[in-house]
Amino acid sequence: MELTLTSRILYSLLGLFIVFNYGLLQSGVMRKIVARVAGRYGIPVYQSYFDIIKNLAKRSQITHGIMFYLGPIFRLGGGIGLFLFMPMIFGSIYFKNFSFTGDIVLLMYFQFFGMLGMALGAGEAGHPNSTIGISRGLAQFTTVEISFTLAIIAIAIQYQTLSVYNIVAAQQGGILHWTLFQNPVATLAGMLSFLGIMRHAPFNVVMAPQEIPIGPPTEYHSTYLGMLQSNRAILHIVESALFMNLFFGGATNWIEFIVKTFFIYFTTVFVGVVFPRYRVDQSVAWFVKVPLVIGVLGVIYATYIN
Amino acid sequence: MTRMDDLKKRTVTAPDGEVFTVDPMKEYFCDKRPEVQEPAHPLLEKFFNWARSNSLWVLGWGTGCGSIELPPLTTPRFDMFRYGVQMRPTPRQAGVFIISGYLAVKTLKRVIRAYEQMQGPKYIIALGSCTINGGMYYDSFNTINRLDHYIPVDVYITGCMPRPEAILSGFVELKKRIRAGKAEGANDYAERFDWYKANQKKVIKGWDMPDYNW
Amino acid sequence: MNEILEKIKSKYEITDVLQKRDDLLFFSIGKKLLVDILNYLKELEGFTHLIMLSSVDWLEENKFQLTYILNHPVNKYDIAIRVDIDRDNPVMDSIHHLWIHAQTDQREIKELFGIDFPGSPGVNDDFVLEDWDDIPPMRRDFDTLKYATDNFFPREGRKSYDTKEYMKSKLYPDQG
Repeated sequence: MELTLTSRILYSLLGLFIVFNYGLLQSGVMRKIVARVAGRYGIPVYQSYFDIIKNLAKRSQITHGIMFYLGPIFRLGGGIGLFLFMPMIFGSIYFKNFSFTGDIVLLMYFQFFGMLGMALGAGEAGHPNSTIGISRGLAQFTTVEISFTLAIIAIAIQYQTLSVYNIVAAQQGGILHWTLFQNPVATLAGMLSFLGIMRHAPFNVVMAPQEIPIGPPTEYHSTYLGMLQSNRAILHIVESALFMNLFFGGATNWIEFIVKTFFIYFTTVFVGVVFPRYRVDQSVAWFVKVPLVIGVLGVIYATYIN
Repeated sequence: MTRMDDLKKRTVTAPDGEVFTVDPMKEYFCDKRPEVQEPAHPLLEKFFNWARSNSLWVLGWGTGCGSIELPPLTTPRFDMFRYGVQMRPTPRQAGVFIISGYLAVKTLKRVIRAYEQMQGPKYIIALGSCTINGGMYYDSFNTINRLDHYIPVDVYITGCMPRPEAILSGFVELKKRIRAGKAEGANDYAERFDWYKANQKKVIKGWDMPDYNW
Repeated sequence: MNEILEKIKSKYEITDVLQKRDDLLFFSIGKKLLVDILNYLKELEGFTHLIMLSSVDWLEENKFQLTYILNHPVNKYDIAIRVDIDRDNPVMDSIHHLWIHAQTDQREIKELFGIDFPGSPGVNDDFVLEDWDDIPPMRRDFDTLKYATDNFFPREGRKSYDTKEYMKSKLYPDQG
């Protein structure tokens, strides 16, 4: 059965709505977990909704120019683009979105697209802290991307495909068919780079409010900030879903989707709670040393078993 | 004075030999007057105020000795996060500004700049006796006496110094005020802008910035 | 540390010698000899550290008193040298060539007391006050209460108590 284009768009929007709300609630839950680890009571899990409504309801806002205005739009566009070309639920014709053969290359492009748009926008804000944040963020993300790309190359060699949907299909048929067990080296490289992609605690020097305040979004406020927050909610889930699809066998229904993405996201929170924050020079060195080497080993391993 | 010379219009030669003029007062600031921002439809505004009261973002800047009472609020013992109060490092994103304790004239200038960069609706919590009537510094030559003559204050918290519990109760009081729709400090500032500005200029002698710099 | 005192006495005219503690010696010296004795103590006697430079306004005697406290890091010994200068012509020789951090002290004293140190780098820059237009605020003839009342909108109804009497009446009401 093939859906018409209209209903595909409508189902994609429904999926986006689910992912958006799930992302907001999940970030609340994760912050609650971090608070509990610190011995605090913590924010309410629905705090993100208040924050977004408040930011959208601000009465005044200013702009520093066209690129400043477009920055959050690019960022949100990157997040939604990542969602649109990612099969959310395997085997479901409703939530496979617009995935196609070779979509993984597009997904990797979208990962960087949002950051670049944000960099241009924040650069026009003219605040020195924004510029420092951008240079730090891009430096760190570039090294993260290398090991992530190596992990994907390993998977592509192993499954002989560049389509996320086919990669998930190749992993069906029991837990031992997951990439996690088929190519543990590439999975390790991917999950280590995932820490950098999610930018949780050891690698969040770019955005952490305690560091040079507060990185790229220094000048962003009101609805701009609301958009950035919405994007963060979507992006966290979609990135988790990407890793779920690549390494953990995908999901065949929403329940499985929620459980798996929760635990994938939780690994970053877990690491973040345990380890203190790296400086950018330390984290860049770490990404070049550890995940990069593991990623190369993963590619060799994939070639070997193929 | 060197500080004032930096702000004068001047001609600069770039490293590649290009010559251009720089007018810092025009390029770094905007001197547009603040405008009264009308609230939305009453029902909608009620909903917005409810969200605003549950999401107070405090500008992480301590202006006086009272700021030492703010860090304990993030610790497990007091934990302001459960009231929806969070710290933000930049005035652009913050909605609540805590003036913590005595305010020197020199700091007042920075406070005004930070306050005017915040986006409305914005609220001020004044901490300690010094912001109310000068406190123990009432006869000092460089700390102001009454904060509400320079920027509109929503909630005063008395004490010298107030304990963190008192600050939490101040947040609760501010929430009540926001929900009742009374916390319109930004509009008050825009309405009586000339009065506030005259008071500010009375104490800040070398006024070297535009009257309104968002 | 009497020998250093004897040495100084044999070279310079000093007055008001006061041994405050075993390791702290006060004396006064004429304005013209000050830079000379500081130079001598720093270069030859090993008092290499200038702890602080402070000023006192003796309004009734119409003079300012500057106090330079030096420290001997090896022998753990402090010397405080007092200099009186005329209040009507408050000018003092700068010692920034001996200790570079003295220029900050001198800048502060210039701002708060109005004592000039010609030649000290940046001595005319603002230190803590911005654009001060009254007489220097730490001079005793400057009325801070009047200045605050005129400028800072005092709130009506403020009461001030004499702390000692007030606490006495609160804590020991029966003792009158």
